[in-house]
Amino acid sequence: MTPELFYQSLQFALPEIVLAVGALAFLMMGVFIGDKSSQLISGLSIALLAVVGAWIMIAPGNGEAFGGAFIVDPFARFMKVAAIIGSIFALAMSAVQGKAMHLDKPEYPVLLVIATLGMLLLISANDLIAFYLGLELMSLSLYVVAAFNRDSLRSTEAGLKYFVLGALSSGMLLYGMSLVYGFTGNTGFQEIAAVLSSETRGLGLVFGLVFILAGACFKISAVPFHMWTPDVYEGAPTPVTAFFATGPKIAAMAILIRITSETFLPLISDWRQIIVFVAIASMLLGSFAAVGQKNIKRLMAYSSIGHMGYALVGLSAGSESGVSGVALYMLIYMIMSVGTFACIMSMRRPDGEYVEEVDELAGLFARKPFMAVVLTAQMFSMAGIPPLAGFFAKYYVFLAAVEAGLFTLAVIGFLTSVVAAYYYLRIVKLMWFDEPKGEFERTPGELRFIFGISGLFITAYVLYGGPIGSAADAAARSFF
Amino acid sequence: MTDWPILSTVTFLPLVGVLLLVFTRDDTDDGRQNVMIISLITTIITFLLSLLVWHNFDGTSADYQMVEQYYWLGKGISYHIGVDGLSVMFVVLATFLMPFGVLTSWKAITRHTREYMIAFLILEVLIVGVFVSMDLVLFYVFFEASLIPMFLIIGVWGGPRRIYASMKFFLYTLAGSIFMLVGILVMYAEVGTTSIPVLLAYQFSPEMQFWLFLAFFLSFAVKVPMWPFHTWLPDAHVEAPTAGSVDLAALLLKFGGYGFLRFSLPMFPLAADYFTPMILTLSVIAIIYASLVALMQSDIKKMIAYSSVAHMGYVTMAIFAVNQQGLHGAIFQMLSHGVISGALFLCVGIVYERTHTRNINDYGGLVHRMPKYALAFLVFTMANVGLPGTSAFVGEFLATVGVFRVSVWTAVFATTGVVLSASYMLWLYRRMIFGQAKSALMQGLVDISFREHCIVWPLIVVTIFFGIYPAPVFDASAATVDRIVTNYHAAIEAAATAVQAVK
Repeated sequence: MTPELFYQSLQFALPEIVLAVGALAFLMMGVFIGDKSSQLISGLSIALLAVVGAWIMIAPGNGEAFGGAFIVDPFARFMKVAAIIGSIFALAMSAVQGKAMHLDKPEYPVLLVIATLGMLLLISANDLIAFYLGLELMSLSLYVVAAFNRDSLRSTEAGLKYFVLGALSSGMLLYGMSLVYGFTGNTGFQEIAAVLSSETRGLGLVFGLVFILAGACFKISAVPFHMWTPDVYEGAPTPVTAFFATGPKIAAMAILIRITSETFLPLISDWRQIIVFVAIASMLLGSFAAVGQKNIKRLMAYSSIGHMGYALVGLSAGSESGVSGVALYMLIYMIMSVGTFACIMSMRRPDGEYVEEVDELAGLFARKPFMAVVLTAQMFSMAGIPPLAGFFAKYYVFLAAVEAGLFTLAVIGFLTSVVAAYYYLRIVKLMWFDEPKGEFERTPGELRFIFGISGLFITAYVLYGGPIGSAADAAARSFF
Repeated sequence: MTDWPILSTVTFLPLVGVLLLVFTRDDTDDGRQNVMIISLITTIITFLLSLLVWHNFDGTSADYQMVEQYYWLGKGISYHIGVDGLSVMFVVLATFLMPFGVLTSWKAITRHTREYMIAFLILEVLIVGVFVSMDLVLFYVFFEASLIPMFLIIGVWGGPRRIYASMKFFLYTLAGSIFMLVGILVMYAEVGTTSIPVLLAYQFSPEMQFWLFLAFFLSFAVKVPMWPFHTWLPDAHVEAPTAGSVDLAALLLKFGGYGFLRFSLPMFPLAADYFTPMILTLSVIAIIYASLVALMQSDIKKMIAYSSVAHMGYVTMAIFAVNQQGLHGAIFQMLSHGVISGALFLCVGIVYERTHTRNINDYGGLVHRMPKYALAFLVFTMANVGLPGTSAFVGEFLATVGVFRVSVWTAVFATTGVVLSASYMLWLYRRMIFGQAKSALMQGLVDISFREHCIVWPLIVVTIFFGIYPAPVFDASAATVDRIVTNYHAAIEAAATAVQAVK
């Protein structure tokens, strides 16, 4: 690599490099200042992420860096900004409730920043090796933060479960990659695509594809690779759960989109049946299994499985409108999750105890009208009722499926969304129709601000859905 | 004047009231009074503006008027509103009934008054929005969004079984309209836009029409509701607070009939023709079955709810007769049923506020204590029966004539509904108003107050005025109805000639 090329590569990856350097600097600060620096580092991390996010958004120029391993295109830009917004919200939530949840250590924000860095690399990965490196950078940080509350049995159990199953999925992913490399002789995504479109495909290649899809589906918690989700969501500290539901999902979905819609597009008939099956299974499990859940974090876990199913409906179309729909879906889902988890974090009794049972929300409307209204909007939005953002998210993914002629998939998807509406409605029913069960502690202003913003985004989406939709369309044009 | 977006103003004006209410307190009696006054003024101004829409509307043209179109979601989906002969009267009906909803809630709603009125005003926005939408996605957004405030109105302020009723209402209607959404996606994928005028001009293939018709039919049949999709309605009606029942019966049910007229007939004529026998049968079953069930009810609201099912049976029957009389009858019947069923629920609300019972057997002898109420209730009872001189007669007569031209037997069976409705309404009136008081609850009732006079008299005037002089309604809708009928038969004939040509 010539110095000029290297210099050019650095330019493309500069935001990520700044983030990496920043994370290391924060780590040093933590080492030297000690535990009391955690608030400061959280604040600095949020600022750094905001700067990097803005930078990525406005930085001009698309292209490849590091010999094609790292790609910057409108799609990467869109997903990165979405992932960074999710991370910022998660960090802010942790900073607010950190002390009570035993997250007030300086390593915590550093790990979150490193995980975010992993997401950005994953989203920009354009090569199997870069894909794996980004994924592991993200996942290893996630394993640690899942078990961060090390005095809690549930938290450590969640971390261990996540790690064991995550390692298994990484193994599958690597095995798939090695098969793909073996049968195509390349690791670069474009090169693989070129080989695929020129030659007849071997059976081994399809095996490789299946293993890679399995690894990616594990990360987005799609059925049948979802088993870790409910336990990890329930066991991890709530801000960590909120983090899991936002950035990592976006990044994993982004790479799934990239490998299906770019690299393996010539094999669409092979991967489409897998994605269709995974989508249907996720939607069914996500809606039916959530009905019986009593813990709201478990319920959100099943709900997220269902939502990933809906997003995959758009992916299965294998078209530009499908990718645009998925990108939009992930953005809207991220914001809905942030708002919902901010509400869950506000479920605190006056004695400082956090409650997680769905029933504890009874009569919330009488006690905390603002939070109840926001959470109601979130629930209706997740159920896909217009005029809230969740409806438009579903609209575009199902539109793509219908355009691709996948009518059965669309009808199944809509029917499961009616089932899912039942459990979202049950929460609304508890908050509005039932008698209050107990007092809640005053919600910290920062949390009110976070769920207020999220509520505003999803209720007012109907007014500015056009420009956001166009941005998602522009992102999707990177591939087709 | 022409540049002023009057339709958007009428649609979204209640949001101004919502904004004011957000900054009002409702924890004192005075505060509650303020909430009601703000809501009342908002709804009345909205009604007056909608009269301006009616006044500016040119009934001789079948086109959309007062059209506004702005960029919304891009890609063929825009904010596109306007009124034509089908919708203009429904806009007026919706805004006309809202002030009564506020008046009837004046004393009845004491818990969370402010939130109740906010939900109520938002519901008004959504209802008017459904009728003015000229874009299918916009229509669906308003159509579905109306579930949210209605769900809360039933669930928070409803009767003892409110939770069951609200859940059933929400999930039942959601399940129905999901199929319409699939239909909308298919149409968008086919045509590339959801603008209703463009879709009206597009010719869908017969096979596609078949499926699209079914998809839309499921949604509207639940909304109307047609037998056998009606089971959510009695529960929702009975448990909803009075104003909620009024909105539900008078306006939300009309979405279904309006949808049939707006989409099913003009867009899928071949499929509509194919399914007509089925729909006529279902309508007749609805009329007779619902009337018989109404006869056996002991709950006043449930009886009126079943009577609504029966009366909406006339509407669906008349729509699928597809001739001038039928469509005019259907539109008129929907408007008239909106006023009359709304008025009946309001009348029930008046006595319920005093006695807190809806059981018919608890009543009796009201005429001795509340003579003015007895008079008002008599008018609406007679109107619900379809007595000549009331607006219901015009609608039911035209509907039956329209059907008679298509299917004699359907008309014959449908007319039995008139006899049955007379039986249950008169029997209800006799048990409630005449005779002796049957329970202690009837002691010390006072006759209707000034506020309640304000509720019943305008409705009486409208019922009788349009019963005697229905021309203004027909003038507004005539051109549009003509076009629907002409295009429909032209499409059917074209298809028939095509088949001939192939042979």
